[in-house]
Amino acid sequence: MSALSAPLRPVLVRREHASLPVKLIAPPVALALATLLNLGLYLLMGRDPVAVFHAMLLEPFLSWASFSEVLLKTGPLLLIAQGLAIGFRAKVFNIGAEGQFILGAIFASAIPIWFPEATGQWIWPSMLVIGALGGALWASFTAFWRVKLNANEILVSLMLALVAAQLLNYLLLGPWKDPNGFNFPQSVMFQSDAMVPILIPGTRVNVSLLIACALSLAAWVFMQRSFAGFKLQVGGLAPRAAGYAGFNEGRAIWLSLLIGGFAAGLAGAAEVAGPLGQLQRSISTGYGYAAIIVAYLGGLHPVGIAFSALLMAALYIGGDNAMVSANLPVAAVRVFQGSLLLAYLVAIAFVRYRFEWRHAAHGSSP
Amino acid sequence: MNAVEFIIAGMLAAATPFLLAALGELVAERAGVLNLGVEGLMALGAVIAFIIVYQGGGHLLGFLAAGLASAALSLVFAVIALGFRANQVAVGLAIGILGQGLSALFGKSYESLTVKGLPKLSLPGLSDIPVIGGLFAQDVVVWLSLAATVAIWAMFAYTKTGLVVRAVGENPKAAHALGYPVIAVRFAAVAFGGALAGFAGAYASVVYTPLWADGMIAGRGWIAIALVVFGTWLASRIFLGACLFGAVSLASLAAQATGLDVSSQLLSSLPYLVTVIVLGIISSNRRLLKLNGVASLGEPFER
Repeated sequence: MSALSAPLRPVLVRREHASLPVKLIAPPVALALATLLNLGLYLLMGRDPVAVFHAMLLEPFLSWASFSEVLLKTGPLLLIAQGLAIGFRAKVFNIGAEGQFILGAIFASAIPIWFPEATGQWIWPSMLVIGALGGALWASFTAFWRVKLNANEILVSLMLALVAAQLLNYLLLGPWKDPNGFNFPQSVMFQSDAMVPILIPGTRVNVSLLIACALSLAAWVFMQRSFAGFKLQVGGLAPRAAGYAGFNEGRAIWLSLLIGGFAAGLAGAAEVAGPLGQLQRSISTGYGYAAIIVAYLGGLHPVGIAFSALLMAALYIGGDNAMVSANLPVAAVRVFQGSLLLAYLVAIAFVRYRFEWRHAAHGSSP
Repeated sequence: MNAVEFIIAGMLAAATPFLLAALGELVAERAGVLNLGVEGLMALGAVIAFIIVYQGGGHLLGFLAAGLASAALSLVFAVIALGFRANQVAVGLAIGILGQGLSALFGKSYESLTVKGLPKLSLPGLSDIPVIGGLFAQDVVVWLSLAATVAIWAMFAYTKTGLVVRAVGENPKAAHALGYPVIAVRFAAVAFGGALAGFAGAYASVVYTPLWADGMIAGRGWIAIALVVFGTWLASRIFLGACLFGAVSLASLAAQATGLDVSSQLLSSLPYLVTVIVLGIISSNRRLLKLNGVASLGEPFER
C-alpha cells in the first residue's frame, strides 16, 4: 500500500520552542472542558445543569458575603500550594501536605489547650510559628527517609498523612477532648488572644491571608531570583547537569520538603486559630490534596497559583452552594477537582507538542 | 479460636485486596508505567461491585463490572499519560482523586448498607488440621487470586508476552526498534492493572467487609503500590508482602478483641507505619532496587 492511500491520523509532534500562549490559555481551556464534562454528569444524575453551574461557579463571586468566604478558603490553599510547587519544580513529590497541615493544626492548638488562661497578643503569632514548625517536622521524616534511606517520598509522605489523621483522632477522642463538649471529638474553644485578628471587618477573613500573600511574593523571589531557587529548578529539569555543577541533591530534597511542610503547617495553624477556633476532626476538607491540583493548575508558578487558589476556593464554596440549592452531593466537588486536573494535563501537553496530520504508514515507520 | 488461629485463617482474605491491586500495578510498572491512581481505581471498583451485588446482580457480575469500570478509568490515565505524554505522577494523582470522588458520588445512597459475602470453600482433609487448618478454607476469590499470582509469575518468568512487557519497560526504544508496539503494550498493561485494581476494590466491598462506607479503601491502594517496591517487582515476593499486611491488619483486630490496652488509632495506623518502616529498609538497599527495578519507569516514550 502506498503512503498516500493510507488514512490520515493525528500525531503528536514536539514543538521547537515551548508555546507561551498555549501555556497561558491552558488553565481557562481546562476549566471550560472540566465544566462541560461535569455539567454532563449532573444532567445524567438528573440535576438541572444550569442551576448547578450558577450555584457552583457564579454565586461565589456574586455577593460580598460569599466572596469573602472564598477569600477565607483561598488562604490555606494558596499557602500549601506555593510550598508544594517549589518541591514539584525540583521533582520532589510531597503529596502528604494534608498530614503536615494536620500536624500544624495540632502543634498550634497545644498552646491554647495547655494554657487556656493565658492572655496577650503573643499567643496567636506563636501558634502560627509553632504550627509551621510542626508541619516542617512532619515533612522532615519524609525527607530523612528519602535522603538517607532512598525511600520514595510520594509513598512515605502519603502514609504519614494517613498516620497524622489517626493522631488527630487519638487526641480528639482522648487527652484533648473537651470535657464539657458532649463527647464530640473536638477540643475546647480557644481564648480570644489565640485567634488571628480579622483583616476585613464584617467578614471572617483574617490576617493569615495577608501572610499567605506575602509568602507567595517570597516564593516568587526565591524561585525566580535566588541562587538556591535556581539550583532547585536545575535539579528538577536536569538532574545530571545539577550533579555536574555540584548542586547537592540531598539538600534540594530537604529544602523542598521543609518548605512544603512549613507552609502546610502554617496553613493548619491558621485554620484552628482562625475560622474554627478549636481543634476539630474536620479541620481540613482535603486542602492538602486540593493544593496539589492548585499547584499544577497554576503552572507551578507563584503568580499562576494565586489565580488557581482563588478558583479552587470558589469551587469549595460553590460546591456547598450547589449542595443546598441543587441537592448536589459534596463528592461532586472532588469529581470536579480530579477532572479539572486531568483536563489541564491534556491542555498543557500542547505547550510542548502540536498535532500534525500524517499518513499512518508514514508515521509508523521507525 | 485463639488469636494465632484467627490470624492464620484470615490472613489470605485480608491480603487479597492488597495482592490483587499490587499484581496489577506490577504489570503496569513492568511495562514502564507508574500509575499512582490505584486508590481511586479500587474505590471505583468497590462501589460498582457493591451497587450491583446490592441490587441483586450477584457477585460474578459485580466483579466483572468493577473490573471493567476500573479498567476504563485506567484507560483515561493511559490516554493522558501515554497518549499526551503528561507527567505520570500528576495524572495518577488526578485519577486517584477522580476515582475516589466518583465512588463517593455513586455510593452516596448506599452508605452503611450491607450485602452477603461469599461462602468458604475448604480443601477436604487439609482444612481439618489443627491450628493451620483455617488456611485451607477460603472463598473462591482468594483461590483465584493465588492462581493469578502464579500465572503472573510464570508469565514474566517463562513466556514471550512477559519478556515483551519487560523489554518495553526496560528499554522502549530498543523494543520499538525490534518492532514491538510500545504504546499498545503499555496501554494493555495499564488496562490489565486497572481491572485487577477493580477486582481488589470489589473484594474489599462485597466479600471481605461486605458493606459500603465512603473511604473504605483507606489507603490500601497506596500500600499496594508500596508492595510492588517491597516485592522488588517480583510476584512471589509481592505475595509474601501482601500476606504480611494481611496479618498486620488482622493482628490489630485481634489485639482489639482481646482487650489489649492500645489505642485503636495506633492500631489503625499500624499498616501505614509498617509500610513506612519496610519501605525504608528495602529502599536503603540501593543495589537491590537497581538490580530489580524497571529502568524507564515513569518516563514517556517518544520515537
